Amino acid sequence: MNTSMKHNHGDSRSRALALAAVGLVAMGGLSACSDSSTTTAADNSSQACPISVADGWVKAADKGMTAAFGTVVNTSADDVIITAAATPAATTMELHEVVQDNGETVMQPVADGFPVPADGELALEPGGYHLMLMDITEPIQPGDDVTFTLNCSDGATAQFTAQAKAYEGAEEQYEEGGMDTMGDKQDVAEMTPDPEMS
Amino acid sequence: MSRRRLLLGGAAALGGIAAAPLAPPAAAAGVPASADSGTVGTARESCWGSTQAGVATPVQSFAAFVGMNLRGGMHRTDLVRLMKLLTDDIERLTQGEPALADGVPELAGVPARLTVTVGVGPGFVAAPGLGGTSIPHWLRPMPAFTVDDLQPQWSGGDLLLQICADDPVTVSHAQQVLVGDADEFARIAWIQQGFHRAVGTTAGGTAGRNLMGYIDGTVNPATGSADFDEVVWIGDGPAWLRGGTGMVLRRIRMDLDTWASVDRASKEQIMGRRLADGAPLTGDRESDTPDLDATDQSGLPTIPDFAHVRLAHARHRAERILRRPYNYQDGTADGRAEAGLLFAAYAADLDRQFLPIQRRLQDGDLLNVWTTPVGSAVFAILPGFESGGWLGEALLT
Repeated sequence: MNTSMKHNHGDSRSRALALAAVGLVAMGGLSACSDSSTTTAADNSSQACPISVADGWVKAADKGMTAAFGTVVNTSADDVIITAAATPAATTMELHEVVQDNGETVMQPVADGFPVPADGELALEPGGYHLMLMDITEPIQPGDDVTFTLNCSDGATAQFTAQAKAYEGAEEQYEEGGMDTMGDKQDVAEMTPDPEMS
Repeated sequence: MSRRRLLLGGAAALGGIAAAPLAPPAAAAGVPASADSGTVGTARESCWGSTQAGVATPVQSFAAFVGMNLRGGMHRTDLVRLMKLLTDDIERLTQGEPALADGVPELAGVPARLTVTVGVGPGFVAAPGLGGTSIPHWLRPMPAFTVDDLQPQWSGGDLLLQICADDPVTVSHAQQVLVGDADEFARIAWIQQGFHRAVGTTAGGTAGRNLMGYIDGTVNPATGSADFDEVVWIGDGPAWLRGGTGMVLRRIRMDLDTWASVDRASKEQIMGRRLADGAPLTGDRESDTPDLDATDQSGLPTIPDFAHVRLAHARHRAERILRRPYNYQDGTADGRAEAGLLFAAYAADLDRQFLPIQRRLQDGDLLNVWTTPVGSAVFAILPGFESGGWLGEALLT
């Protein structure tokens, strides 16, 4: 099964562009991720959280960590704090932010959850707030639908589904972090040599 | 080549009437100010429905036809993921929204009547896990025609993305997104870009003349009519095709250099229609039905036996197709600029509706002197999808 993410144009230029893009910021500090505030979403409440997530997507990955993004929309007149997240696709999830620390861009768990303003939105995006899947249970392949549960501060929960996308901007950081997510590229049935294959 | 010379000689003998000298250009008028109003860019086509957009849709100015071949080992379950990705991209892009993880979301805000039409080739429905799929007899490469000079780089394909819009940047961006998502599953076999006159440049629509100067697509069934439904849409048979259609894409190279020296009267005899307005030589208006039995004062057919319109004319009600071609001019062939027609045609049953026409054209069409099919591909255009559904759902589940 070919589960790798392929460079559409695997040249150094696109790689450089990808590095320059937000993916670097989002994933550059993976090794700086702390395990100290691992959270697990509780689903013991039937109360609905007054939020929804639009345009949700998750970065496809074979194993290890990956991240989910989208736009959280708060349809209520009160501020909402997202305190935790969970998905069947990962054993653990964290709520992450990207900050500057001594001139270095690092990713770390947020201290006080994700604030979603009343009648407002919160963007979860590469380089900013994002949902971190710490240890996925099986490969998340492009086109897969992955469901997530968000916990609000009042104990209510909201669910959304995100489509998995091959997202090239973060590959290098996984490799730099010493986590081999791209080393199992296989396409044995190809009839002709693929110059992109390593 | 002897046949070519012979026919060239015959065509020249048809002449006799020199082309009229060019009329002086009309006095330059003020440039209309509506060109930058943005209305072309914001126009949207729905991507939802029982049939896919991009077939009955009024023809857009620009198109890219992308043929892809499945990578090795693609199973039905992989193709489900592919189609879900494409569906989501199409829903967003056609409505002027960036795709998920869109690398250049700034380009997504100008839908310009974007449509994306997805078809599957013989190799797609033969993928592992799709055993037992009922495959229509016409979903196979076209039989060889004597006029063909087919080249592998323009032929075949397991997956078709037909991307049409009234703006070429919109087409480009959609292609980049769609091919990027499909890349996991399939590799590009060919890309063929087509164009008409830009929207707004001619009154009454963007279709019209091909690069030989002829008005094209005159005898198409009327969009939205029962006639159109009968000609184009598949209404019975396996569920995965109902609401779909058959498509043939033929890359027909035109020898525009020698064509330029053919006089006007000969061109009209070769087509059987007048160049000025597209009316048949036996009629007054483009919409007039050609009278194939009419003779001139000397007793010869008014529309010659070799005329394209005579041979392409449906002999039976079944022999009708929807023509939705685009001009192309890209690359080189034998050291000369290559140009021609991306002949895209749609029919519920290509064997029954298209093949008889093509066989007659092969045998007698004098246009064959200046035209050569260099690419050919056949696809089953999938049925449409509703919001919440996805392309190919009936095929892949």
